[in-house]
Amino acid sequence: MLTDDRENIIELSYPVSPNDFSAAGDVSSKVKMLLKHLGIDAAIVRRAAIACYEAELNLVIHSYGGSITLIVSPKEIIIKAEDTGPGIPDIELAMTAGYSTAPEAARELGFGAGMGLPNIKRCADMFDIQSQVGQGTLLTIIIHHD
Amino acid sequence: MGCTNCIKRCPTEAIRVRDGKAVIIKERCIDCGECILVCPYHAKTAVTDPLSAINNYRYKIALPAPSLYGQFKNIDDIDKVLSALIELGFDDVYEVARAAEYVSYLVRETLKKPGCKKPLISSACPAVVRLIQVRFPELIGNIVRIASPMEIGAQLARDRFCRDHGVSPDEVGVFFITPCAAKMTSIRNPIGNEKSYVNGAISMLEIYRHILERADKGEAKKLQRAGSSGVRWAITNGESRSLGVENYLAVDGIHNVISVLEEIENNKLADLDYFEGLNCVGGCVGGPLTFENSYVANSRIRRLVKGIESKALDEAEAEYVKSNTRWKLEKNIMEKTVLKLDTDIEAAIKKMKELEVINASLPGLDCGSCGSPSCRALAEDIVRGDASELDCIFKLREKVKKLAREMIELSEKQIHTRKEPD
Repeated sequence: MLTDDRENIIELSYPVSPNDFSAAGDVSSKVKMLLKHLGIDAAIVRRAAIACYEAELNLVIHSYGGSITLIVSPKEIIIKAEDTGPGIPDIELAMTAGYSTAPEAARELGFGAGMGLPNIKRCADMFDIQSQVGQGTLLTIIIHHD
Repeated sequence: MGCTNCIKRCPTEAIRVRDGKAVIIKERCIDCGECILVCPYHAKTAVTDPLSAINNYRYKIALPAPSLYGQFKNIDDIDKVLSALIELGFDDVYEVARAAEYVSYLVRETLKKPGCKKPLISSACPAVVRLIQVRFPELIGNIVRIASPMEIGAQLARDRFCRDHGVSPDEVGVFFITPCAAKMTSIRNPIGNEKSYVNGAISMLEIYRHILERADKGEAKKLQRAGSSGVRWAITNGESRSLGVENYLAVDGIHNVISVLEEIENNKLADLDYFEGLNCVGGCVGGPLTFENSYVANSRIRRLVKGIESKALDEAEAEYVKSNTRWKLEKNIMEKTVLKLDTDIEAAIKKMKELEVINASLPGLDCGSCGSPSCRALAEDIVRGDASELDCIFKLREKVKKLAREMIELSEKQIHTRKEPD
């Protein structure tokens, strides 16, 4: 779905369904392909891909549903992951490597190692997370690519 | 025929149907052979050298791929296959399986080096290497920088022959007996090296009958030197097993390889040491130019290797190979930027926006009638200027409807000088 008419900027939004492990990774695959089509440097595409994949998985595992928005300008890539969900009570704790609240079902599938958010941060030039307990979370990252 | 079987199956969307014919976009083709396998009309064939090409050289050496050994129902002795090649007119044979053992040795050394990029990705399958160049350029740095068993074997074979017979290298033609067309391309346009040491490739399908006719005649010469670990390279897992690493993943079938490479790209397999990706189901025994069913050949290879002892390479032999062959890839493996919509980022963004708009306006049926593999691929072709919106039959129908409506409206228009009858 195209939501932006500004010259030089493309913005695309993709819905992510909760608990749908069969589709988990589809959005990041699309994002990756799109960035490759835009001719963005392979190493940067990889960082965006890893961040987007982790963010997508977070929505699948923890949220009640949400969306990933990709915005690309000639200088930067912005990825926003927005959801309605339980929110994160202690962001600092959630950012700790190895800390996870993933349910058993997700762990059985090999997820929930507690590396999601730290991995995303490692890939990002700018990292921001806003969360309201009981309402939802908005994660925004920026990667420079020029 | 104008059907759409191949365009749908192509992993890099490299085929379009134009004027009833499948046309391959060369830069995108990775030589996987899916289109050959899937075509019910056998419209596409692989290009290899005819057997007669060996006569362009005074002396000829055959380099049989390990998968050749799995092709014959009644031949349980590798020496019979090798002797049949001599009977056929080759002056010498050199088993690629033997060279594979040297490559295993060199890969084992690479894996032990500190700072080795993990997972190391096998360079054995040229279609997978080309897939990485086209779709996963960020993983190019993980590819093993060692020449293929075919290239190392060709050098050793030629050297040995020239030394033993006192002839000059350019009098000797070295021919790979190949299970796939991708190897043919590797000979013509080597990846990572300036030139190939192999002079041509002959399809297993072509040579099959000739070997069968000769294999059981007379005493087989003792020619086999490869051990079980080299022969096993013919099948999936074979290469990985020869490396002595535990954390490896061996995947076959190009679409499976793509999904695992996606996972590697997403850093999901961070603890993996080695990735062996093979284009064909079952490994090289599943190549499009093999005669035998991949599963049958696989079982035969497994039975064959049971009868061969696994000869450990001695250090001196490996050192000889290292100092007497060009075993390292000399050139960088380059990214193929065929996906890029434009070299200028602003123009690319503009085109991508157009692409999204066009894609949203298409029916989303992915029927392929336009000649492109999916609606999105058609949108991409339109943006690149290689197709038009009216190539879509649904769009065409809409347009015809609109024109028909306009025609009716025009036909009902009053002419002022005349009074039309009611």
